[in-house]
Order: sequence, then C-alpha cells, then structure tokens
Amino acid sequence: MPRPAPRPRPQIKNPGKLFARLMQFVLKRYGLAYLIVFACIIISVIANTQGTMFLQTLIDDYIKPMTQTPNPDYTPLLQAIAKVAVFYGVGVLATFAYNKILIYISQGTIMEMRNSLFEHMQDLPIRYFDTHAHGDIMSVYTNDIDTLRQMISQSIPQLINSAITVVSVFIFMLILNVPLTILTLVMVGITTFVTKTFAGHSSRYFVAQQKDIGKVNGFIEEMLNGQKVVKVFTHEEENMKNFNELNDQLFDSAYNANQYANYLGPINAQIGNVSYVLCAMVGGILATAGMGGFTLGKLASFLTFNKSFNMPISQISQQINSIIMALAGCERIFALLDEEPETDNGYVTLVNAQKENGVLVETSEHTGLWAWKHTHQADGSVDYIELTGDVVFNDVDFGYNPDKIVLHNVDLYATPGQKIAFVGSTGAGKTTITNLINRFYDIQDGKIRYDGININKIKKADLRRSLGIVLQDTHLFTASVMDNIRYGKLDATDEEVYAAARLANADTFIRQLPDGYNTILTGDGANLSQGQRQLIAIARAAIADPPVLILDEATSSIDTRTERIVQDGMDKLMAGRTTFVIAHRLSTVRNSDCIIVLEQGRVIERGNHEQLIAQKGKYYQLYTGNTAETA
Amino acid sequence: MLKTLGAQIKEFKKASIATPIFMLLEVFMETLIPYLMASIINNGVEKGDTHHIFVTGAWMILAALISLIAGCLGAKYGAKAAMGFGRNLRKGMFEKIQTYSFANIDKFSTPSLVTRLTTDVTNIQNAYMMILRMCMRAPSSLICAMAMSFYISPQLASIYLIAVIFLGTCLAFIVTKAMKHFQAAFVKYDDLNESVQENVSAIRVVKAYVREDHEKGRFRKASQNIYNMLCKAENVVVWNSPLMQFTVYGCILLISWIGAHLVVGSSLGTGDLMSLLTYCMNILMNLMMLSMVFVMISMSVASARRICEVLNEESTLKNPETPDFDIPDGSIRFENVTFRYSQTSEQPVLDKINLSIKSGETIGIIGGTGSSKSSLVNLISRLYDADEGAVYVGGKDVRTYDMDTLRSQVAVVLQNNVLFSGSILDNLRWGNKDATEEECMEACRLACADDFIQTFPQKYHTHIEQGGTNVSGGQKQRLCIARALLKNPKVLILDDSTSAVDTATDAKIRKAFRESIPGITKLIIAQRISSVMDADHIIVMNNGKLDGFGTHEELMRSNEIYRDVYTSQTQGGGDFDEGGAANA
Repeated sequence: MPRPAPRPRPQIKNPGKLFARLMQFVLKRYGLAYLIVFACIIISVIANTQGTMFLQTLIDDYIKPMTQTPNPDYTPLLQAIAKVAVFYGVGVLATFAYNKILIYISQGTIMEMRNSLFEHMQDLPIRYFDTHAHGDIMSVYTNDIDTLRQMISQSIPQLINSAITVVSVFIFMLILNVPLTILTLVMVGITTFVTKTFAGHSSRYFVAQQKDIGKVNGFIEEMLNGQKVVKVFTHEEENMKNFNELNDQLFDSAYNANQYANYLGPINAQIGNVSYVLCAMVGGILATAGMGGFTLGKLASFLTFNKSFNMPISQISQQINSIIMALAGCERIFALLDEEPETDNGYVTLVNAQKENGVLVETSEHTGLWAWKHTHQADGSVDYIELTGDVVFNDVDFGYNPDKIVLHNVDLYATPGQKIAFVGSTGAGKTTITNLINRFYDIQDGKIRYDGININKIKKADLRRSLGIVLQDTHLFTASVMDNIRYGKLDATDEEVYAAARLANADTFIRQLPDGYNTILTGDGANLSQGQRQLIAIARAAIADPPVLILDEATSSIDTRTERIVQDGMDKLMAGRTTFVIAHRLSTVRNSDCIIVLEQGRVIERGNHEQLIAQKGKYYQLYTGNTAETA
Repeated sequence: MLKTLGAQIKEFKKASIATPIFMLLEVFMETLIPYLMASIINNGVEKGDTHHIFVTGAWMILAALISLIAGCLGAKYGAKAAMGFGRNLRKGMFEKIQTYSFANIDKFSTPSLVTRLTTDVTNIQNAYMMILRMCMRAPSSLICAMAMSFYISPQLASIYLIAVIFLGTCLAFIVTKAMKHFQAAFVKYDDLNESVQENVSAIRVVKAYVREDHEKGRFRKASQNIYNMLCKAENVVVWNSPLMQFTVYGCILLISWIGAHLVVGSSLGTGDLMSLLTYCMNILMNLMMLSMVFVMISMSVASARRICEVLNEESTLKNPETPDFDIPDGSIRFENVTFRYSQTSEQPVLDKINLSIKSGETIGIIGGTGSSKSSLVNLISRLYDADEGAVYVGGKDVRTYDMDTLRSQVAVVLQNNVLFSGSILDNLRWGNKDATEEECMEACRLACADDFIQTFPQKYHTHIEQGGTNVSGGQKQRLCIARALLKNPKVLILDDSTSAVDTATDAKIRKAFRESIPGITKLIIAQRISSVMDADHIIVMNNGKLDGFGTHEELMRSNEIYRDVYTSQTQGGGDFDEGGAANA
C-alpha cells in the first residue's frame, strides 16, 4: 500500500479542545447524519467479519461432513450461502450509504466553514489586514481548509472504521482461539515497535527535508525574480554553483526521508506475513492434534482475521497523525474566526432628504440631497442635519500601536467644497490622517466632527458611503470594466457608467479596448497601464458621487501626457466637493484652498500657497527643492 | 516528452532499473506464501504430518524474509531514483534558465517559472516514485496472484478473471468520469481562491465603498457553485468502495459454492480453497491500487508538460562562433534598427533608428510610456537582437562580441532592479567579485549611497533582505547604480534609475559622474526633465521612432514634444518633490 510519509507532528497547545470545537461545528449541522454514518460503518464492518466467520462454518459444518457422505445434499449449503449473501448485501448497502452521506457532510462543512471564514473576514477591521501577511491569510483558505476536508471526509471515518474493525476482529479471534490471538498480538507489538523506530528516523529527516525545500525554493524564487539582473551582470555560473549546493543538500535529506518512510511498507507487510505463517504453523499443529476443539475451519477463519487485523492497526496511527496535522490547520481557521470584528456603535444614519418649506424631510427617493438622521438616545427625538462635508479635527492623537503615537495634536477644519492638501515627507503622517476620517482606524484622543457630528456616532457604513476615496495603488477586480466602475454604485445604469467614465476622462480609452466596456479585467487590471487603472478608479469614485473625497495622488512615474489626463479627471471629480488630497503635484498643491504641512506627525505649517511661500519655512524648502542644504 | 524527461534521469538509471526488479522479487515471494499455506493444510493438517507443517512453515518464513529484503532494497532505490530524478530536473531547468535571453524570460513570466521549478518538480518526483514502485508492484502482484490461482484451479480462477474485467471496467469508467468533474471543479476552486486574494488586497476599496455584503453574497454564490460541482464529482467516486465490496463478496460466495463441490468431489484440497480466497483479496486490491496510480499519473501529466517546455526552450540569443573579446571604446551607433518583441506584431517597437553617440558622451533619453526608451537601450548590451539593421559598440556589431564581455563592458541599471539577500558588500560585488571594500566605497560615493550606508549600524555589512525590502526605493536605486559602476564599464545605462531619488541627490549623482568618470559613455533614461537637461545630447523617443536628437537648447527650439514636457514639468504639472524623503 502506498502510505503517506510520516510528517513531523506540529505542536498544538490544546488538541482536545480544538477537536471538540471542530466536532461541535460539524455535529451542530450534521449530528444526525454523522450518527447514521457511524451506524452504517458498524453494519459494514460486521457484515465483513461475519463473512469471514462463515469460512469456518463452510469448512467444518458443510464441506467436512459432506466429503464423508456418498450422496451429499447441497441444499443446506445453498441456504447458508444465501443467508451470508443477504448479510453481505446489507453490508454493501451500508458502505454505499455512509460514503454517500459523508460527501454531503464533508463538502457541506467545508463550504460553511469557508463561508463563515469569508464573511467573518469581511467584518474585520483594516488593522487585521495591515498586520497580517496576505499570504498567510490565503493559506487558511487553501491549505488549511483542504486538510480539514481530508480530516472530515477521510481520516475520521477511516479511524472509526479501523477502530471498529480492530475491536470486532479481536473479539472473533478470541472466540476462535486464545493462544493464537496472543501470538498475533505479540507480532503486532513487534510491528509497532519497529515502525516507531523507523518513523522516528524518517521524521527527523523530513524536518531536514522541509528546511532544505524552503532554502531551495527561496533561492529559486529570489534568483528567478532577479534573473534579468543575473544576465546583465553575467552571474550565471556562480548562480549555478550556489544552486547546485543547495539542490544537492535537498537531495540528501529527501533521499533519506523517503527511504526510511518507504521501508515502513515492506516491514509492516512482512512482519504481518511472518505473523500469518506462525499462526498457520501453530494453528496447523493445534488442528492436527484437535486440541481444544480447534478445527481446520477455525484455522481458516483465524488466518483471514490475522490478515485483516494488522492493516487497521498500522492505519490507526497514520490517521491520528493526519488528524493532528489537520488540527494545526483548524487552529489557524479558528484563530481567524476568533478575530474581533470591527465594532460599530454608530446610530446616526444617512438618508435621502428633500426640503419642504425650508425644512429637511426624509424621503425614500434619491434626491441628490442627503441628511444625517440623528436619533437622540436620551428621548428618541430625531434631528435631520444636512450633509455638507464640513470636517473638523480637534486635537487628534493617533498611533497604530497605542504606545507609539504617530499623530500629535492635529487640528484641521475643512468647510464644504474646500480643497485641503497634505504635504510632507514620507512617514510624516499624511496617509494616516486619511485613514482616520473614514474610521479605518479609531483615534486615541481628540475629536473628529463631520457636519458637526462626532464621527463615532455615525454608523460606519453610512460614514463611508458619504466619503469617496481614490487610493494611490488602484485595486481593480476581475470583472468587466463596466462592473468595475459600477462598484461605486451597484444599481447604476449603463448611461450613468458612461457619464462617470467621461467625467474621469476614461471613456476614450475604454472604447478602444477589445470589448469596450465589456472587456474583462484580470489580475488587478494587469492588462491596463498604470494611468488607465487610475482613470477607472476615478470613474468608480465619480459614480458614487460622494460629497467628501479623499485622494491619494500617485507618485509613480506615468508619462506627462497621461498624467495630464489623469490630473484633469481628478480635477473634474474634485469640483464642488470637500477634498482631502495627499498631494505630489505642484498644480494640485498650488490650487488648494489650504495646505497642511506635516512633519513627524505634527502640523507644522498651514495656509495657502502664497502665505506659505512668504513664510519661508518647510513648505518653501520643499517647493524650491533646496533640501540638500538644509537636510 | 518522455524523451526529454528521460534524459534527466542520468546517474540514477541504475536505481531506476533496480527498483522495479526488487519490487518484482518482493511480490513474487509474497505471492508464494498463500500457496505454501495451502500445502500446510492439504499435506500437513489434513494428513496429520507435523514435520511437513514445520518444513513448509520454514520455507514460508524464508519467502517472507527474501520479500522483506527485496522490498527494503526497492524502497531504498526507489527513493534514490525519484529524489535524484527530482534533483536533476531542478538542476536541468535552472541551468537552462541561466542560458535564457530576456525574450525567453518574458515568454514564460517569472511566477510561472518558479512554479515549474518547485511544485511541478515535486509532483513529477512523487509520480516517478509511484511509477517505479507501485506501477510495477500492482500489476505484477495481480498477475502473480492470478497465475497462482489458475495453477491451483483454472475453473475457480476464471471467476477472478471475470471479476477483474468487471471491476476494471467499472473503475476505468468511474475514474475517467470523476476526473473530468474534478478538473472542472478545481478550475472554479482556483478562481474562488483568486477572488479571495483579490478581496484581501483590495479590502480598503471594499470597505471604503461599504461593499462587504455585496462581496459576501458573491462569495456565497461561488462557494455554493463549487460545492455542487465537487459533490457531483464525489458522487461518481462514491461507487468505488461498494463496487469493490460487491465484487469481493460475490467472488467469495461463488468460490465457496463451487469450491465446496470441488472439495467434496475431491478435485480440490481444503487448503487450496483457503489460499484461493486469499488471492481473491490480493487481486482485487491491486486492481484498485492500479486505478489510483493511474489517477496520480494522469494528474502529473500537466506538470510534466510544463517542465518539458522549460527544458526544450532554446535561447533566442547565441554567442558568435568566433567571438570578439575586445571592445575598443564606448561609442555607440544604431544603423537602421528595427525591432519587435514578437514576430507577429505589425507595429515595430523600434522603427528604423539611426543614431551615433561618441565615446564618453552623456546622453539623456526622454519620452512617454510605451515610447520604447527601454527597448532602445536594451539592444546595446544585446539583451535583445535587432530584427533589421545593426547596433555597433566601439565600432563593431554587438553580435560579433562575446556576450559576457559585452555585458561586462556595457553596464545596465534596469528599471525593475533587484537587490539580493546578503550584505551590502555582497550585493555590490555582483559588479566585480574581486572588488576591495575601498573600491566598493568609492563606487558608493559616486552613486551618493555612501552617506546613508554610513548611517546604518553595520555600515557596509548591513544585511539586505530578499528583494531589498529593508531599504527605501531611492536607496535601492543608488545601490544598484554603485553595483553597476563597480564593473568599470565603457558604457553605463541608467534606465529610469533615479526616479525615487530626490532631485537634489539626483543632480549630485550626475555631477559626480561628470567629474569622476568622464570617459564612460552614459545613457540616462528619465521622466524628469531636470535629469536630462544638462546632457551632451538628448534623445526624444515617440512611439518607437526617434523624434529628436540634440542639446537642450536645440530641442527647445525644434522639438515640440520636448518643449511640451519641459513646460508642463516646470510650470505646474511636475512633482511636488518629496524633498529628502528618499534619504530621510
């Protein structure tokens, strides 16, 4: 039998508890089904063992007596075989039934596990994604879920099957003959001991192999990513030399690991055979002597049991091993499910409004006029406040890590329609500020007010709906251009999409794509240029038509002409909206109503272009590029 | 395909041949045991001959021992052959990739090459071990057991033959049908994982647009779809075990019934009946195993194909037969050069370029994205070959030079440059592995990298992480320039290599170049007009054509594109430079 190579067992703190939690997840949904599976396995195993017992009856009760009668009557034998056939039939049906049920249990569990993972993940705060490697998150969906499926659909049922088989075979063996049973047990003991020794060797080498694979793969990845540099520096030969060294090392450990793992097969099989032979010899002598009523038929049955006793025993340890492996994956799955979701205590909501006699009234239609619906918690009275885009920061302190404050005492005010530009060196805290307005992160101290309302009181979804955001690295989805723009407003008509694209200066190039608006974008819009991706992101923000905008201008070097088109699109988008922009372009900065100069998390200068130039401070230095002398 | 892969077995041929032979021996010895058992029953137990029981028992144990030794040797050589084969495949591919030209690398893409060298090799290596061990074991075990059965009783053995045909047909049907379903499901499964990946990296967009519920809905639908597809596939496979049981049970019952008649009629011993029943399990189990091996192998075919593609790819660039090792100077000339990345594309990437650059000149190159600036310089160090016309360095066609010589004399700082894990010194010495620490420092001073290196606690021994993630973009670019300088080349090409360096430092680097390495021909591609303004000559590229060539003043007068770029960058459209950001 090909057996999976023994892997080093991962360390898990509380496997029992973890297993219980997993079973709770499964049993809550499929408790009854699992019970039926359990019953079917028992039926299947018993049908199988009774068949083996029949061998004894066949030989002792039918064949032997019949050889002594001159004209044997086969009718009783036919009846007996028919009876066994019925048992077998039930066994086959039970096998079919439990395998079939298991499909739905395992696939269903996996689907629900996957769904709850994803749904839970959607509710996690941005902090989670910023602090966890995306590769690790992905591996939960791929590797961990996969091992879990194996565990539920294979390891656990097989373990149950093996356990039941071992127990029932053991009982029948005892019934047939006690000394032979003891002999069998002794041989099993020897097998277990030898296997353990070899498995220990093997798993030591597997650890080494795992490490060497890591090294080789790391080297391959690094060098192939830099292959063009390797060529330019004609470094091919040295590269080969280093690679061969690592590769040979991997061969050594892989060879050893697999060699020892492979030994387990023949060793198990042949000790099993020896056990079989010994039982045949001892049993043969017992039967010859007719000691203790031991018959030829009993020997036949016993030998069959001997064969079917060894296999499940060696399987049990394998299955336990793979369950532990799967539990390590489970631990990561549950860790993700245990992550604290984003909390939202906001109660102020965003509603469509219209003015009746100068008074704001809530309406269900889209009017283009929005209002904050503020239900006062004390008396339940409702206020409507018009959404205008008035944002005020009041003495705000913030740190991604509470011990390390990165923004200090930030004061800001943006009146509706104003354009506020943030400038400053990398790491000065520009991007951080934009993370706070939409509550991707919560501030430590101070207050942020939006149209006079503390943003903590606004429902997060509504707050974010009122803010448009265009990030520096544009993320597009695998879908048509049309759907990507429509992401900003799911119920937008095609006409609205075209209009938004025109506003963003994206319409022209989109129409030149192979399938126009129906062109499918893949791999984050890999088939588009950087500038084109930005234009689509701008169109996406435009269709959402938010009163307040947060823009992070791209620094990447797109050429001057494309840049001008992008810039023009951004300008059109900003018109008439309160805009916070992390600026890299001279024109953006100069055209701002207010420029905020940040340094090391503090606002050091503020004012419009002329005022700041006159101040001859940091802004003046940045603007004139005379940094070398002052740095 | 088999020939290409077979050629990689090399020194492991012996092990590859020995393995199946040992497996055969193991199987043969193992098959003898039930046969000898029949003899114990028939001639020992039934006749009351204890001596016969002992002798035959001893033979059986001997058979088991030989089987054990053969099995272990098979295990050993199997592991050796398979892991060795894997090693050779990795080595062969890696070696081949080293000979690849840029065009070859572009064709495969880096992530795809990485997968081929890692996952695909592992798949093939495991499949190979499976083939050597199981592919021999399963059918031969089946055949041996079958032969033994026929030897004992042709009448009863024919039942097995029918059973094998019946079960074999069923399994073949199940396997092919299930595989089709599984493959379709796995494609969808990959799509799902990809969309999760996309969702994770774009989580800010999802949250900013409050699309969590929208995403959940989409995911649920896709997830349900995969559930349906996998259930469909599993529902085919589900027939496996019951069918197997049905066949085994059927055989047992038939053998019992017919066997009883034969034994009673004295044409069969009781022991024979018992050993026949043992062979029954043997035969059918191995048939099952065979179908599994078949699945494994067919799953690894795709990997094998991908590996062969790498091994069979021939480099598009070849060294001349009698290469020239002497490059007289750093002058460069393009004569009627036309170039395409793909022979099928209509629009050439470079269209009839004529150019002449004197040794020691500083040349600026400017133009929009896709105007073929990089393509132009890539022809100089023969990273690609021109389709028509010729490129001359030092007065000779680049195709006459030894490639290594040419590339060490024409240093290119690529646009997407990388540093490797290792110390700063290790990285610098890529340029010249014998460079002293003093020479490295000198190069870094020229590239304005020394200043920031000195601020690191371990200075030149600072460890650079893979991909250079622990230095800023501007620092990385300056280290890459220093690395290229260490080659002491005749021509230095900077492909947009100071984009992340602030303007002041950029100017300082150019000044250092002018003063310290006047003899080297310097080609500087840039987006920033200030980076090229003071060059001896400036090349303006537009859509693969040479749009202008001249000094700043000349171009300001005569070239519309140049003037346009100049005005837009100096009057409002340019960078609000993050002064000092890169060296902060």
